[in-house]
Amino acid sequence: MDLLTLLQVLDSTVRLATPLLLACLAGLFSERSGVFDIGLEGKMLAAAFASAAVAALTGSVWIGLLAGIGAAVFMSLIHGLASITFRGNQLISGVAINFLASGLTVLIAQDLFGQGGRTPSLIGAGRFEPITLPFAEALSGVPVLGPIYADLISGHSILVYVAFAMVPLSWWVLFRTRFGLRLRAVGDSPEAVDTAGVSVAGLRYGAVLICGLLCGLAGAYLATGLQAGFVREMTAGRGYIALAALIFAKWRPVHALWACLLFGLLQAVALRYQNIHLGGITIPVQVMDALPYILTVIILAGFVGKAIPPRAGGEPYVKER
Amino acid sequence: MDKMPAWADAVLVPLISILLAALLSALVILAIGESPLDALTLMIEGALMRSSGWGYTLYYTTNFIFTGLCVAVAFHARMFNIGGEGQAMIGGLGVALVCLFIPFPHWSVALLVATLAAAVFGALWALIPAYLQAKRGSHIVITTIMFNFIAAAVLNYVLVNLLRPTGAMDPATATFPAATHLPTFQDMFATPDNPLFRGAPANVTFFLAVLACVAFWLVMWRTRLGYEIRAFGHSESAAKYAGISPVRITVVAMLMSGGLAGMMALNTTMGEAERLVLNATEGAGFIGIAVALMGRSHPVGIFLAALLFGFLYQGGAELALWTSIPRELITVIQALVILFTGALDNMVRMPLERVFLALRKGA
Amino acid sequence: MTQAPAIELKGISKAFGPVQANKDINVRVMPGTIHGIIGENGAGKSTLMSILYGFYKADAGEIFVAGRKTDIPNSQAAIAAGIGMVFQHFKLVQNFTVLENVILGAEDGPMLRPSLARARGVLKQLSEDYELSVDPDQLIENLSVGHQQRVEILKALYRQADILILDEPTGVLTPAEADHLFRILDGLRAQGKTIILITHKLREIMEITDTVSVMRRGGMTATVKTAETSPEQLAELMVGRKVLLQVHKTPARPGAPVLQIDDLRHTDRHGVERLRGVSLTVHAGEVLGIAGVAGNGQSELLEAIGGCVDASGSILLNGKALPLSGPGSDGAARRAAGIAHVPEDRQTEGLIMPFTAWENTVFGYHRDPACQTGPLMNNAAIKQQAQDKMTRYDVRPPNPALAARNFSGGNQQKIVLAREIERDPDVLLIGQPTRGVDIGAIEFIHKEIIRLRDAGKAILLVSVELDEIFALSDRIAVMFDGKIMGERAPESTDQTELGLLMAGVTASQAGDPIAAVDASLHQKERREARAHD
Repeated sequence: MDLLTLLQVLDSTVRLATPLLLACLAGLFSERSGVFDIGLEGKMLAAAFASAAVAALTGSVWIGLLAGIGAAVFMSLIHGLASITFRGNQLISGVAINFLASGLTVLIAQDLFGQGGRTPSLIGAGRFEPITLPFAEALSGVPVLGPIYADLISGHSILVYVAFAMVPLSWWVLFRTRFGLRLRAVGDSPEAVDTAGVSVAGLRYGAVLICGLLCGLAGAYLATGLQAGFVREMTAGRGYIALAALIFAKWRPVHALWACLLFGLLQAVALRYQNIHLGGITIPVQVMDALPYILTVIILAGFVGKAIPPRAGGEPYVKER
Repeated sequence: MDKMPAWADAVLVPLISILLAALLSALVILAIGESPLDALTLMIEGALMRSSGWGYTLYYTTNFIFTGLCVAVAFHARMFNIGGEGQAMIGGLGVALVCLFIPFPHWSVALLVATLAAAVFGALWALIPAYLQAKRGSHIVITTIMFNFIAAAVLNYVLVNLLRPTGAMDPATATFPAATHLPTFQDMFATPDNPLFRGAPANVTFFLAVLACVAFWLVMWRTRLGYEIRAFGHSESAAKYAGISPVRITVVAMLMSGGLAGMMALNTTMGEAERLVLNATEGAGFIGIAVALMGRSHPVGIFLAALLFGFLYQGGAELALWTSIPRELITVIQALVILFTGALDNMVRMPLERVFLALRKGA
Repeated sequence: MTQAPAIELKGISKAFGPVQANKDINVRVMPGTIHGIIGENGAGKSTLMSILYGFYKADAGEIFVAGRKTDIPNSQAAIAAGIGMVFQHFKLVQNFTVLENVILGAEDGPMLRPSLARARGVLKQLSEDYELSVDPDQLIENLSVGHQQRVEILKALYRQADILILDEPTGVLTPAEADHLFRILDGLRAQGKTIILITHKLREIMEITDTVSVMRRGGMTATVKTAETSPEQLAELMVGRKVLLQVHKTPARPGAPVLQIDDLRHTDRHGVERLRGVSLTVHAGEVLGIAGVAGNGQSELLEAIGGCVDASGSILLNGKALPLSGPGSDGAARRAAGIAHVPEDRQTEGLIMPFTAWENTVFGYHRDPACQTGPLMNNAAIKQQAQDKMTRYDVRPPNPALAARNFSGGNQQKIVLAREIERDPDVLLIGQPTRGVDIGAIEFIHKEIIRLRDAGKAILLVSVELDEIFALSDRIAVMFDGKIMGERAPESTDQTELGLLMAGVTASQAGDPIAAVDASLHQKERREARAHD
């Protein structure tokens, strides 16, 4: 494999890892606060649709982005209402949100555009264009490093850079700020937070809102950055892969980056090569499709390091004496 | 004392939840510029007023009974099996294998063997998540989700690379031999002067589903195993105290759950398509969640809920056919039912409890 | 001019549904004193303190802090008013350090670093002032119970609490740890802090408080100066009648050994060895009482004998060895062999709360052929027998179709007892038989235990209530740190001697008891902490 091919695969990895990373960090905030979220898929889908639809209607991707975030946050609030305020089953609420998004997006798309559940293709200011970083052209002649800078690092849409910047930012918020301390505490021992005079519900709603915001970015990137418009079920299980990555990363931001890049790479390889031939053995493309899930099951089984979720995760908080 | 009578918790809470879901669905229909009343009329016309409509409604109902029971068994053992979809896919594989490769003399024998195959394949697909949950504490919700995707990949590989007839384009098996074709309602009930259920896919598997409901009730409330599953579901520490093995119950309940999900494939694969296609399950595994929640994990409730969803599915298809409302409306309704009966149930229960408390004080 | 009370409660009432937890409570707590609040379980002490700490909202009444009327709608307000609380079940984040736990909710600003730095200094000062030494960088999950409690106190002091409420602080402590706690409280009082001590133990009240208020059935029956009262008077105020625990029984006539336990060992799933070679013999016709501070292996002992957990060593029942792990070692097998088990926690072990009473009357025995007809369970017969049992054991209401959760604690316990006794076992294991049970039922249960003893059963009793151990046992064995420290006859020992044994001090070390206690506790802590690594 030559450098150019390698760069193309890695470039595609970065693009495909971006929505995973944003959704994975979204889940990280939610689950670190004790609210399990298997509704990442639905929130991303809602955001993808809302951003594409509004971008198509207004011609501005930025207004579209806002709409996408708004849609995902709305879904998050439903999840918060069910799992925080009414102490319902967080898993079931997540399932409901996935279906809600899956149905509503097509329903509204059909009503608005009448194109069989898709939005019109986005053009011009309706989508995020790649950004060329300074000196990319000038440096592209430099052997090895030049193409890496020009083709791999430069030339992505703004949301890709935002996603990667979110990794250190999330780490810093979680481990260096008061909010992060309280957030981690509420996911482990909500009663400690409550008796310390801090609102458990407030913190969890905060986390759930951040989750919505990040899912909004993820969905908007899918429909306005990675692709040019919304098609039905366009998230295609990415929310679940992000969930898998979150477990793989053991709920830690920097590990999440590696997990998402790994799963992004698998997707990129599966996209580029149908079947891989490795010294006489043919690996069918379906193995690539299934690999993230298989790896996650192995991690969950504790055969390679144990993944222990936040202690209070999934449990609604009920005041006790 | 309980805050409200048991009947209110069992009947009133789900009923109000469903009414809320229906109300919101009506609003959604209004919002896209259609009339909810017209839509409902059309759905009833298409799903319940003609025998062929019933033939479709009961076909869907059959699917949902199986997947609803699948989710309910797991619920009783305090597990959430989201893997019904994958288990049904693999169950379908089992059905296809026996139908394609065993020369059956008669459909009844074929049904018997295929039922066994479907249940065994579905159960085996649930076995690994069950074992990991029981022995290693791996969260069964996540593992079953993962296994849905793995099942899809497996089925995709098998259909594309192994079972697809040479020259065929779509990823599906060859049509099953005629001897495995199950009698449809049309075969059973139509007479020359009364052509009932014409062209409808409902078939003999429906009765199998009803039988499964009865068996479910017997096992859960009349046998030692059911007693142990329910006890374990309420308190694991109590189960240990009583000498009930958590590992055994987790595995057995999941095997039953996966088996029921697998049996759903009989209806879609053997009963309807008469070959195995890639997307045979059509999300029925997930609808089982809504059905089990609405039916309160009780077979009578599950039967009624499955019937309601069967009606919604058939009605939704009619809507998509005659109006501009896409079938996804049903997905929305399904989401709302899950949301209100499964996650927001306290929103309904809390005010109700207050009402009953006030009534009791007043009395 | 007298000083304003640090806390004054006027007319506090609180109801949970139909249950009146507090009714018209009036009390004044003077600054710089230790004020005890004593009462039985369920008398309403914890509810009252939860109202004071803003956990619950009172239905009626007023709170005055340092003479000023104060609204306490939440914990934040309580902290602002200078009130700190140490709960019975600690409210600590297990995977945080001591320092992080201390600053949680009381950070100086949005950034952590300055808060942590300042807290480190303050903590050092507080540790020195009040004998509260604890490693600020240690994770909570690696600390012993006693040290975790210190963190809770430090949390309150860090928030500059002037009033400290401690809810049953000694329940999980050994006598020596409790003594250390009392020294800390003494020091706090000397610095002018006000302390409210909630307990149901008379000894603690007499030892350390200045004033004591007595609660009974949600009401405040009296507030007296400790120096002017006696344990007898307090006990009478608490229960409303003179004698608390008196069981009429004849001397035991022990027969042949029925249950012989040798070198029993059990390691829990965290890797801590909970039973470290326990050997015991229980004879027919006697009650062997196991005394000890909660968490020293008594629960595991019952569970190991009852088949709830695996163990090693040997258990002989009537001379026959029982398998301790693998097939045939579960609870069902033990029951079949003749060991009945009334578990310590009836709500999470002994009963399935949403099941009906009749379903619960066969729980654990549901595999008996008597419960089956063909492949199905014989529900009609089970119901019929349940009705009989409930009548005989005076379970109220005697309605087998009612869910277990709808019975009171005492009646739930009677259902368990009826189930376990009815099969005529050789051995009865019984843990905390009267925890959370009303007085009338306590008497019934105690009589029932003695009746069984006189019928020739071997009874192993575990209780954290020393009074109960003394009242029922024919022999007393004391457990500490997974071992039996010694056996005594109830008539030839007293609470002091048992207290030392409960702290792990044997007769040979008794010359310098305090040092010995410290040493043995230290050992236990180290062992448990090691297992966590």
